[in-house]
Amino acid sequence: QLSLFRFTVKRLFSTSHSSVDSEEMKKFQLLAHKWWDEEGEYSALHSMNDIRVPFIRDTLLNMSSNYHLGNPLSGVKILDVGCGGGLLSEPLGRLGASVTGIDPLEDNIRTADQHKSFDPVLAKRIQYKSSSLEEIVEESMETFDVIVASEVVEHVADLEMFIRCCSQVLKPDGSLFITTINKTQLSYILGIVVAEKILGIVPEGTHEWEKFVTPEELERLLEANGFSVKTVNGMLYNPFWGSWSWMEDTSINYAVHAVKSGAQGQSSPTDALSEMESEQHPATAGTTV
Amino acid sequence: TSAVMAVACGRGLLAPLGGRLQAGPRAPLRSIAAASAAAPLYDVVVSGGGMVGSAMAAVLGHDIHFRDKKIALLEAGPRKEYDRMPDSYSNRVSSISPGSATLLSSFGAWDHVCSLRLKPFRRMQVWDACSEAMIVFEKDDLDDMGYIVENDVIMSALTKQLDAVADRVEVFYGSRAVGYTWPLPSHSCDTSPWVQIELADGRRLQTKLLIGADGHNSIVRKEAEIKNIEHRYDQSAVVATLHLSEATDNNVAWQRFLPTGPIALLPLSDTASSLVWSTSHEHASELLAMDEESFVDSINSAFWSNVNHTDFIDTAGAMFRSTISLLKPSGTAVRQLPPSIAKVDPESRAMFPLGMGHAIEYVQHRVALIGDAAHRVHPLAGQGVNLGFGDIACLAYHLSVAAFNGSDLGSLRHLLKFETERQRHNVSLIAATDVLKRLYSTRLAPLVLLRTWGLQATNALPPIKVRI
Repeated sequence: QLSLFRFTVKRLFSTSHSSVDSEEMKKFQLLAHKWWDEEGEYSALHSMNDIRVPFIRDTLLNMSSNYHLGNPLSGVKILDVGCGGGLLSEPLGRLGASVTGIDPLEDNIRTADQHKSFDPVLAKRIQYKSSSLEEIVEESMETFDVIVASEVVEHVADLEMFIRCCSQVLKPDGSLFITTINKTQLSYILGIVVAEKILGIVPEGTHEWEKFVTPEELERLLEANGFSVKTVNGMLYNPFWGSWSWMEDTSINYAVHAVKSGAQGQSSPTDALSEMESEQHPATAGTTV
Repeated sequence: TSAVMAVACGRGLLAPLGGRLQAGPRAPLRSIAAASAAAPLYDVVVSGGGMVGSAMAAVLGHDIHFRDKKIALLEAGPRKEYDRMPDSYSNRVSSISPGSATLLSSFGAWDHVCSLRLKPFRRMQVWDACSEAMIVFEKDDLDDMGYIVENDVIMSALTKQLDAVADRVEVFYGSRAVGYTWPLPSHSCDTSPWVQIELADGRRLQTKLLIGADGHNSIVRKEAEIKNIEHRYDQSAVVATLHLSEATDNNVAWQRFLPTGPIALLPLSDTASSLVWSTSHEHASELLAMDEESFVDSINSAFWSNVNHTDFIDTAGAMFRSTISLLKPSGTAVRQLPPSIAKVDPESRAMFPLGMGHAIEYVQHRVALIGDAAHRVHPLAGQGVNLGFGDIACLAYHLSVAAFNGSDLGSLRHLLKFETERQRHNVSLIAATDVLKRLYSTRLAPLVLLRTWGLQATNALPPIKVRI
């Protein structure tokens, strides 16, 4: 309750908007201790690692020429926004990255800290901080090589500000990885009705359809804030097997990889080319002038 | 056997993780907190340094995704030096399948084996003592069907390859594990999430994944309270090193099913072969006790004598054979004659009891069983160690993927995939071997007829033979 009070006070007195939604925080507060039960409420997030970690890993490996056997992400500084109990931070840490995990909920950070404490390698590679994204912007300008915001943007109050903050703490040419849920009829039926109310894959009340983001809207916001979207992939959860897979269709879940443009708004030649193409096709969704 | 199949396949699809997050009894916490602070933490500990345990540790040690991981191998016995192979052959040999040879060459061990000594064989002839029925296995392209290798040779090759990755794999010789402490389910936060191992000399280790390769009396399996279906056969195997009467190509493996049990001759060289004779306990003791001449006579008689034939079966068999040769001219093979034995290596006779076993589960949270710890089979199919090598190939694959995904190595999610794949493969083979063993342990005419015709038919039908 103290942390909630503190955040409410901060919200009243802060001059800037916050991307943190206090209603959302209340929902996660109740489940702060359940993160690491592989069979429990967060089992779908555990199995999501089977596709989102390879996605991040392979995208980064493809972009770089350096490869350390056994530690493919060695030397990479990653910010895990909305890290929760550290479900995604830990695998990234095991692959060699230096991970900073932030989450506005103190209980989540406490769970994450305790879970990593038994593994000396992880304890060194991962740092957790109870904080919102805006709060670390000042001290972390252009600090990180990679930001991952997995299953987070559907809980955020002000998405455009969130993206802007990501851009500020990301190095030029740095990568942003987002996984989230689309805003479609199908995602309402499957993502909320079936997942929450019928099969109980996701704790009830976790998601609000109103806050889901379409990939077109997300792309628009990203491109408008200095990012170039490289990949959009649909994801599918099979509740029978409890496993995730990739699919072309982005109607339900999807993942995005975007790259922050190079120094001072100069885009790479390929970006300039695609901008020209999109100007010639004004009817294309997601690219408004 | 139906009991084996039923219980071994008992794990339901829809509840793969149900009830398995915690291995064994809720262990008393004792002084875990203090001890765990000091005990070194390994990513993988393999308990048992036999052929299967050593190969498992070596495969992981050579895996690129395990470059920065710490692996330990616990072996109760002392380190054996294998500078030179003695001139005489050891009496413990294994039939290595081409698949196992591929695994061994994947981390450089097969080269060592080849540079020491081994005997490839191209053909297997299996026949019945109670009839003329026979089945011959050989590859169309006359490739090697398998290799007869002394177990000491394999161990020497494995030890060399373990030495090559000593920076990643620490081998503890003379170290017997006396106690295991299992972690509570991972979301209960206050205690160590790792497996605690206590050695006989009081040292402690911690590990994220414990692999039990400690044989058919596995302590890991018992301490994890994994139920084991086991059955002691009323048979013992007698092994010995034999010398042939005359040098020959000796690239055929021979097996004859006597009513008391199968007798097999496995080639070691042009002049020597290894004996594996499964028979009743009493007969086995007699064989060990008798003088060398009588022993050799017993072996020759077992392979050559037709005393168990009856006219009825012979006629029925001959009829069936002529029918087959009408329908499928190539379906009856020419029977080759096994070599005759001149003498036995002194001191090489030994016996050990036979049994069958299958663990109901191969894995639990942070625990996996491989080799004889998971399954024990009758030697009549020559499959024992090959099943273990198959386990290694499968488990190493899943662990490699898990390591490259940054996963917790002890997580049931990938361990269960290993279990499903291997149980599917192993259960049918173990059940079939068990059925064969029982089918061939009788003189009763109907069953002899059944197996006679069955063997002849199988010999004539390529698709079934290839599957075997």
